[in-house]
Amino acid sequence: MSDTDRTGAPAPQHETPDRQQRFELGSGPGRVLVWFYGVFTVAAASRSIVEMILDFGKAPLAYVLSAVAAVVYGFITYSLVRGGEKARKAALMCCAAELAGVLVVGTWTRLEPSAFPDSTVWSEFGMGYLFIPVILPVTGMIWLRRARNA
Amino acid sequence: MLDALTVAVAVTALALAAWCGFAAYRDQPTKDWHFIGMAVVSVLALAQLVVGIVQLARGERPDQGMTIFIAYLIGAAAAVPAAGFLSLTERTRWGSVTVAAGAVVLAVLEVRLYDIWGN
Repeated sequence: MSDTDRTGAPAPQHETPDRQQRFELGSGPGRVLVWFYGVFTVAAASRSIVEMILDFGKAPLAYVLSAVAAVVYGFITYSLVRGGEKARKAALMCCAAELAGVLVVGTWTRLEPSAFPDSTVWSEFGMGYLFIPVILPVTGMIWLRRARNA
Repeated sequence: MLDALTVAVAVTALALAAWCGFAAYRDQPTKDWHFIGMAVVSVLALAQLVVGIVQLARGERPDQGMTIFIAYLIGAAAAVPAAGFLSLTERTRWGSVTVAAGAVVLAVLEVRLYDIWGN
């Protein structure tokens, strides 16, 4: 009845199932991240939807960027709740993309304000949201890197 | 009427944030008393939602548009209950941090609501 005979996988150390073990990403400190990413998903999504419905022509680029932000936030929230190595890697990539997005859009709005008649979630490095859009991906990446070793 | 309620929700939300933050500092999960506190804040936010809709029905209009106003009212009413549910399944200090964060988000929403309503 040894584990090694049953699974056939190369000698598992603990009781790791042969499939990828699903470790939790959304518990402990991760729970706080789930909350913030959830809030930002709702905030960015509802904001972009309302703006697009009311007057899309006013600032199409800004509204599309807000919608992109909403999708990224939503995917990270889902990954955190789901857990497991695959979700961890996907979330890590999205956090990097999110950080890049904040930095690029933040710089862009500074350099060329005329391109943005209306602001986006990531304008001015997320100043309208207490700079949380910049802080969140960094915290997220730190947590996701640590979660692997846990 | 709405202003007084906005201030009341913001102040109680900040008090709840401080209380749950203190629980997290002491390495404690949210307890029954915290949930009673969340209920109080949530009832106030719900009252605000009702009062806001009544005022809209009476023909008063927010400065920055009705859609945004209603969206923020709903968000304000949902913020603390949502954080409370997350803390129910996270029985560690991090559940307390989540509720504290939720209450801070609510306080920020109240500031925005104040701006959106105007005057």
